[in-house]
Formats: sequence, structure tokens, C-alpha cells
Amino acid sequence: MSEQAETGEANATVQKMGKVDTSTVPTPTAPQAEGTGRVKMSGKDVCVHYGEKQALFDVNIDIMEKEVTSLIGPSGCGKSTFLRCLNRMNDVVDICRVSGAIEMEGDDIYAPDVDVVHLRARVGMVFQKPNPFPKSIYENIAYGPKIHGIVRGKAETDELVESALRKAGLWEEVKDRLAAPGTGLSGGQQQRLCIARAIAVQPEVILMDEPCSALDPIATAKIEDLIHELRENYTIVIVTHSMQQAARVSQKTAFFHLGILVEYGETETIFTNPRDEKTQGYITGRFG
Amino acid sequence: MSVVFVIALLGLIAAGYYLGQNRALRYRAADGPRLHSLPSYYGFYAALWCALPAAALLLVWMAGEGMLIESLILADIESELTGLSANEVGLVMNDIRNLASGGITSGDPSPLIKAAAQRYANLHHISLMAMFVLSLAIGAGGLLLAYRRVNPTFRARNRVERIIMALLMLSSTIAILVTIGIVLSLLFEALRFFAQVPFTEFIFGLKWSPQIAIREDQVGSSGAFGAVPVFAGTLLISFIAMCVAAPIGLFSAIYMSEYASRRFRSVVKPVLEILAGIPTVVYGFFAALTVAPFLRELGNSLGLDVASESALAAGAVMGIMIIPFVSSLSDDVITAVPNAMREGSYGLGATKSETIRRVVLPAALPGIVGALLLAVSRAIGETMIVVMAAGLSANLTANPFAAVTTVTVQIVTLLTGDQEFDSPKTLAAFALGLVLFVATLGLNIIALRVVRKYREQYD
Ligand SMILES: Nc1ncnc2c1ncn2[C@@H]1O[C@H](COP(=O)(O)OP(=O)(O)OP(=O)(O)O)[C@@H](O)[C@H]1O
Ligand SMILES: [Mg+2]
Repeated sequence: MSEQAETGEANATVQKMGKVDTSTVPTPTAPQAEGTGRVKMSGKDVCVHYGEKQALFDVNIDIMEKEVTSLIGPSGCGKSTFLRCLNRMNDVVDICRVSGAIEMEGDDIYAPDVDVVHLRARVGMVFQKPNPFPKSIYENIAYGPKIHGIVRGKAETDELVESALRKAGLWEEVKDRLAAPGTGLSGGQQQRLCIARAIAVQPEVILMDEPCSALDPIATAKIEDLIHELRENYTIVIVTHSMQQAARVSQKTAFFHLGILVEYGETETIFTNPRDEKTQGYITGRFG
Repeated sequence: MSVVFVIALLGLIAAGYYLGQNRALRYRAADGPRLHSLPSYYGFYAALWCALPAAALLLVWMAGEGMLIESLILADIESELTGLSANEVGLVMNDIRNLASGGITSGDPSPLIKAAAQRYANLHHISLMAMFVLSLAIGAGGLLLAYRRVNPTFRARNRVERIIMALLMLSSTIAILVTIGIVLSLLFEALRFFAQVPFTEFIFGLKWSPQIAIREDQVGSSGAFGAVPVFAGTLLISFIAMCVAAPIGLFSAIYMSEYASRRFRSVVKPVLEILAGIPTVVYGFFAALTVAPFLRELGNSLGLDVASESALAAGAVMGIMIIPFVSSLSDDVITAVPNAMREGSYGLGATKSETIRRVVLPAALPGIVGALLLAVSRAIGETMIVVMAAGLSANLTANPFAAVTTVTVQIVTLLTGDQEFDSPKTLAAFALGLVLFVATLGLNIIALRVVRKYREQYD
């Protein structure tokens, strides 16, 4: 079956059902393909098992440098699992086994001589639920740089803390209470604190697992603006359940379904002209 | 006889349940208005109304019976008792009671006393019968009352709920009242002690020697009640115990919660908790017979002078005893630190031990401090080990190889054996007990405060 026919068939289904309102498909607004055009990370035939259960099937994907890649798909389809493969966070889970290869700038990050700790400093992570440490705002940011010896002395640390908070757009709100506990901030502020914390270790890639799912629209907007700015310096991979968000922030979109990477490409293409019927169904809200 | 009564009462209660339930069921069968509650609630309601008044009567009767009978008997033999002091009257009464229950008496009882004892036994028997009959009657009365109230609009469910709540409240009140009673008795006895020995001497005095000369010509028993050496001994031993228990307990907690595989943990944790189940007297002879001689030998071979009953031996064994307190509680608080904290730290490229040291432990610190404080209060209050292994001499020393004594040991020695209960020597035990109680209470309160204050921090 040719690609043409497949799309045609999908469209036919849409028309036959008659109920689908195509206006619900979000319009991609993120500037397209402005990255360096280099591949930052790539997955080759990645399979993940949790015990007996397979969660990912032969995922092949190239993540482009200094672009935002969003991972979408119905709940339980393996988005978080894939994201956590990228900084080997799955190592923490006893029963999790990863096979295939994940490369970062051509080097396999699952190779035996790779230092996981070092890898995670290069590939930072922001979690779904803001998880600031029960320390002061200042300590939350300084924690990473201190353990990696990025900073020496108080002056340097102060400077780094300020710049990280500025980049995360939080400086103005917290500069007078750096000694206050990070857990005392609002949810959106906490999430930006976590982003600042990730930035402070100067990673190359930032992974975000549904960073806005616990936030209100205003806080979400702030984080999305932040992602736009961060794209200048960092490669970002974001998991999101919001089609609108994927359309707004990302250049590339990957659609997962039941552990299979169904479709991956330019966000614009995915949203305006998806190849696969399942993708079409998902982004129009027909299933998932 | 009592057995028959108990069976009868239980039967009555069961009957109450069935009657109440049946009446409710009959209402349901007839299509009247809908029953407010399930039939079983009507049953419970009737059963409770039967059981509670009967039980209340039993309690009141048993409390009042003795006094009543005694006053009757005393009135009978009044002529015999003229000119006797209250104490002697008490002795006579004791004889009568013993005679009545077939026990031995002091001396050969006079016929009058014998007659009184006979009467005592009779009265007691009658009273018992009356009690049984009356309580069954009251139970039946309550049952009838409750039974007649059963109708579809009657809210049996809510009533039963309220009665149950009242019972629960009663139980907790009893626990609280008993505690208050203990504290008050401690307080009053201690006040009697302080009437004889000045408070300042007790708290600040450096010499502890509670033996008091009974005769004028006895030597060496002046009676000095300076408690400082005793408290110092307690502190020294508790300190040694914590030096053993805190690191071992904490480290094993960290290992078990952060590193050990689930299988290892499921085996080792119960084993460690067995340590908490060993009776302290066993620890005591372990300390006295194994550890103390071993330390003494070791000290001798190193040229140190170690007493055969040393603070070190007692403290070390006590430390072993409280390891499970520290490890089990710390393990719980460490496990309670959300995984998100750990992942956040790993995500920044921290190693496991960095994560534990700089994120997990600080987050769990309040709970750990609470665990340690609880362990300290346990160590301070521990008796058996120190009685057997620490010795009796009240030395004021910080030398762990010397024999010291503790508050609990002194209380034991002051109160065991034949004692007069109003000499300063025995009363001193209450004063010591009071201080001990205040100290452990204070520690517990601080521990709970600390734990509560920081608990929500990472939620
Ligand atoms: N620790 C684990 N142990 C066992 N199975 C797991 C574990 N984590 C995830 N899974 C399974 O792997 C599959 C993929 O899970 P994953 O968390 O990646 O989904 P997801 O796409 O992120 O879903 P969501 O959108 O709800 O976050 C699911 O079927 C899940 O049950
Ligand atoms: Mg997920």
C-alpha cells in the first residue's frame, strides 16, 4: 500500500465518521527547523522490557541538536520510558532492561565504560511533578554545580545561581528570598526552579517529562516561553499530553502508540499532514 | 455458680440481639414504612442495652461490697474493739477476712472473731447472689426497654454508633486517668521526700549514700542524698549506649533502605527486629557474664584497669539492645523520603552516596533525630541490663572502665527487700523516679515535636 493511498484512506475514514471536527487539530506555531541540523542523540532499535513485559518495540529516532522534540501518545504508550532511556534513568528501576543502542554524538551511552553520573550531567531532566529538594532556593540551584565542581567559592556560586534563575525566568520573583525553602514556592515557580536547577549543571540536553501537567495555564505559558528561549542553547526533548503544547513549542514530534514509534517528523507535517491513520486519530482527539 | 451466671448473662445478651433483630425483621416483612437501619443494628442496640447496664452494676457492686460488709461486721463486734487504734482494727479485720476465706491468721482467734468470720463469709455469699440476680434483672430490664423502642423510624444505626464511640472514649479516658494517677502518686511521694531532704541537696549534692543508720551506734551510714553521681552514671551509660547504637543503627538503616535488594531486606529486617524482642534480662546476663569479663581481660592485657562491672560493658550491651529502635525507625523515615527527591538528584548527575548524604538524609533528618531521641529515652529508662552489669557504687566519674550506678538501679535497690515506706531512703526512690519520668517525658515530647515540625517539608 502506497503512502498516498494510506493517507487517502485515513481521510476517507475521517469523512465517513463525519463527527470529527478538524478545527480541533492545533496549528503548529513553533518556528520550524532552525536547529544546527546535526543529530544530537539517536535511538537505534531500542527495546525496553519491564520484567516480562515489553514497553518499547524497536524505536528508531534521531533527535536534532538545538531543537525541541516532543513525544506524544496515549497514556502508557512508553513516552516516559523512552525519555528515561536517554539519560539512563531506567537504571534505577531493577526490573528494567534496555536493548538496542542509544547514541549521543555517535557514542553509545549504554556502553560499559560510560560513566552514568557524567552522562546525567550532560543530559539533565525535569520531572512531571516539581520536585525541589527540601533545601533553600539557593541550595537547590547550587547543589548540582557543587557536586560536579563546576564552581569554586562563594562569588562564583552566587553568579551561577543568579544566571540559572535568570534563564529560568525566576530571578525577579525570588531574588529577595534565596534562603527560603524551595518547597515554599508555588507549583509553577517550583517547576521553573527545577528547570533552573537542571540548567545550572550546564547540560547539553534537557529532558522534560510532562513539565506542565501540574500547572495552570499562566504558569504553563511561562514555561513554554522558557522552552523557546532555552532552545537557543540546549537540545530539548519534552513529553506532553497537550497537542496544543506540542504544536506550540516543538520542531519535531514523535507519536508513540503501544510502545511503537508510529510516526516521527516535522511538527508541521505531523499536525497538518500525518501519514498514519493512528496519528491522525490521536491528534484529532478521536482516540487516546 | 459464677460460671452459671456468666453463661446466663451471655445468653441474655445473645437473646437481646436476636429479639431486637427479629422484631426489626418482622417490621420489614409487614410492608410498613421502610426500616431506618439494617435489622442487625436493632439487634446490637438491644444487646448493648442489655450488656452495659449489667456490666455497670457489676462494677459498682464489686467496688462497694467490701466496704459495706466490713462496716456491718465492725458494728457487730464493736464491744471487742473499744480502745484499739485504727491500725489494730485493721489487723483484726484482716484476720476475719483471712479466716473467712480459709486462710491462716495471726495467733489463735477468739470465738468472737470466729463468729464474725462466719458472718463475713455468709454476707459475702449473700451479696454475691444478690449481685448476680440484680445484674441479670437489670440486663433484662434494659433489654425490654430497648426492645420496645424498636420500630421502623427508630435510628438504631446512629444510636449504636454513638454507644460504640462512648465505649472507645471510655477506654482512652481510663488509659489517661491511670497515667495521671501514676504521675500523681509519684509526685506526692517525691514531695514527702523533699520535705525531709532539701530539693537543692538532692539535685546538686555530689554524694549518694542512701543507707541510714537504724541504731545510733551503727557506723558509716549517714544517709546522703546528692543525686548528681547517679544522674552522671545514667548519662555516661546512655552516652556509651548511643555511641554504639546511633552509628550501627543508622548505617544499617541506610544500607537496608537504599542499597539492599528487596529479598535481603525482607530477611534481615525481621532478624534485626528480633533483637528488640529479646527480654532485657537476657541482655543483662549477656552483659554481666560475657561482655564484662571480656572487656576486663582485654583491659588487663592492654594494661588498663577495668572494673568487673564497668559502665562500658553495660553501655555497650544496652547499645546493642536499642539498635533496632534506631534502625527500624530510621529505616521507615528514610524509605518515606519520596523517590522524586532521589530521581531529582540522580537527574542532576549525583552519585548514589551523594544523593543519600546531601538529599535523602537531610530530608529524613527530623525523623532520624526523633528516632535517636526515642532511643535515648529508652536507654535512660532501661533497668535490667544496668542492674546486672553496671554495679551499685555511686562513683562520680567519666571513666567508662569504672563501675557506676544509674537512676534505675538505685530505684531497684532502694525498693527491693523489706522496707519502711516512710523513711527518706525509700522515698528517695520516688524522687529519682520523678526526675527520670520528667527527663524521658521531656525527651519524648521534644522528639515528637521535632518529627512533627519537619514532617511536611517535602510533601
Ligand atoms: N517501573 C515500571 N515497572 C513495570 N512496568 C512499568 C514501569 N514503568 C512503566 N511501566 C510500563 O511500561 C509501559 C509504558 O509506561 P510509560 O510510563 O513509559 O508510559 P507513558 O507513555 O509515559 O504514559 P503516561 O502518559 O501515562 O505518563 C506501561 O505499560 C507501564 O505499565
Ligand atoms: Mg509518563
